[in-house]
Amino acid sequence: MNDDMFMENILDHYKNPHNKGKVIQFDILNREKNPACGDEIEVTAKINEKKDVVEIKFDGHGCAISQASISMLTDELHGKNVYEIMKINKKDVLELLGINIAPMRIKCAMLGLRVFQRGILKHEGKEHYAISLSDTD
Amino acid sequence: MQNLTALRNDFPILSRKIYGKPLVYLDSAASSQKPKQVIDAISKYYATNHANIHRGIHTLGEEATAAYEDAKKVTAVFLNSRSWKEIIFTKNTTEAFNFLAYSLCQSFNKGDEVIVSRAEHHSNFVPWQQCAQKYELVFKIVNITAYGTIDLRHLQSLLTKRTKVVSITHISNVFGTVNDISTIAKIVHKNKTENGCTLLCVDGAQSVPHMPVDVQALDCDFLAFSGHKMLGPTGIGVLYGKKELLERMEPLFFGGGMVGTVTEQKTTWGDLPLKFEAGTPHIAGAVGLAAAIKYLQNIGMKRVWNHDNELAEYALKKLKEQKDVTIYCPEYQKGNRCCVVSFTIKNIHAHDVSSILDQEGIAVRAGHHCAQPLHDSIGVPATVRLSAYVYTTKEEIDTFIFALDKVRKVFQ
Repeated sequence: MNDDMFMENILDHYKNPHNKGKVIQFDILNREKNPACGDEIEVTAKINEKKDVVEIKFDGHGCAISQASISMLTDELHGKNVYEIMKINKKDVLELLGINIAPMRIKCAMLGLRVFQRGILKHEGKEHYAISLSDTD
Repeated sequence: MQNLTALRNDFPILSRKIYGKPLVYLDSAASSQKPKQVIDAISKYYATNHANIHRGIHTLGEEATAAYEDAKKVTAVFLNSRSWKEIIFTKNTTEAFNFLAYSLCQSFNKGDEVIVSRAEHHSNFVPWQQCAQKYELVFKIVNITAYGTIDLRHLQSLLTKRTKVVSITHISNVFGTVNDISTIAKIVHKNKTENGCTLLCVDGAQSVPHMPVDVQALDCDFLAFSGHKMLGPTGIGVLYGKKELLERMEPLFFGGGMVGTVTEQKTTWGDLPLKFEAGTPHIAGAVGLAAAIKYLQNIGMKRVWNHDNELAEYALKKLKEQKDVTIYCPEYQKGNRCCVVSFTIKNIHAHDVSSILDQEGIAVRAGHHCAQPLHDSIGVPATVRLSAYVYTTKEEIDTFIFALDKVRKVFQ
């Protein structure tokens, strides 16, 4: 793990995000805001009959950490099954980012994943509040 | 300010290093640091004088009671209140406004009106908004001018004979701009209602720590502030209220310490201010607050305010030289600006600015500073806020300005 929160890979994803936009024929759509900082992320995705993600995009605005994190996650989540995605946790996200995140910024790193996981719960008609939008250390 | 080096030596935390760099603490509007005089007063109280107050007929009980009441007297003199019985200790400003909103609103009639400003901290916004909904009152919001102060004409136009209370901030916690409370008090008090005149509540959380505040000269009906923003401990705040108004108000919390006589059928209330302080209060907090007030009085509030103004002028001048920086409310009346400056850097999110500054040992706040309606109105979700206090130096502001280049370098 690198101590520099603003490593090159983070800044690359922030400046040139992957999978930015909207899946037109989406099955899952969720747009939410982190009330603490105003960062807003929308994730749209298309899934097949086996519930594998076949297309995923994000939109929104916010800090480098939240935007880079969801950009990297969209690469990672492509092709994964929604049940697998529901199991992804903080440790997995931090490993993906490869940096040590200051405790106050954990919620930034986690926002995109949580928005998508809540979107999956909404799509399945389940209680999406079961997942908190603001992760803490 | 003279002897700033000596003054800084009173604050143990200022010698801390963050990431190996000297701490530059520019987040005093959120909470101030504490001088050893305050830390020692609390420690000495617990080590030598502590017992419960107003109860035991023993030496420690008497000493603790005297220390607690002394803290009220010190606070009353500091605010030039007519009596220490007008001083109620609360947990903080937020608790004071919750008490005020509930206690006043429950006595109003359906359709009566309350007014707050768009620049309020959530502590002076949400309690009124929620009580207005609960008691079916009309919740009105007064506009802010380009100078970051209450639009007096708009305020005048909002007042009707059903307006029972106006609750506004003295100094904006986002802009550092100062409202002319005595003029607003005249406008508000001139407005007649069915049973008197409209009341004025003032949020003093940013003003009482930084400038001379005289409640009689301001002629506000209520004033609330927090100890922790003025060198004192957390968990102690103050609600000042005019005695004749407090006497008419009903307590919200019931229990020990606030009663007169209790029978199986009924209870009478104790005298002011005890009737509003149910249960054992934060005695050590009161002792710490009194020590903080004495520390500030020792410097002199005029000097504290002058220092603040000088720093505000300096920080604004330096920030205005930065081409990619947008300052929110850059204009100010000379000699009338608290050193609170909110800004954004083009294309860099406030949280990222704050994170990178932290790596340089610099503490600033990033976010909406508990003023979401205000941030909505200026159209930015988050700003970076620099805020100074008695221990802040111009050199620290230089360090901060210099560090902005490091922020840019990361994002170039």
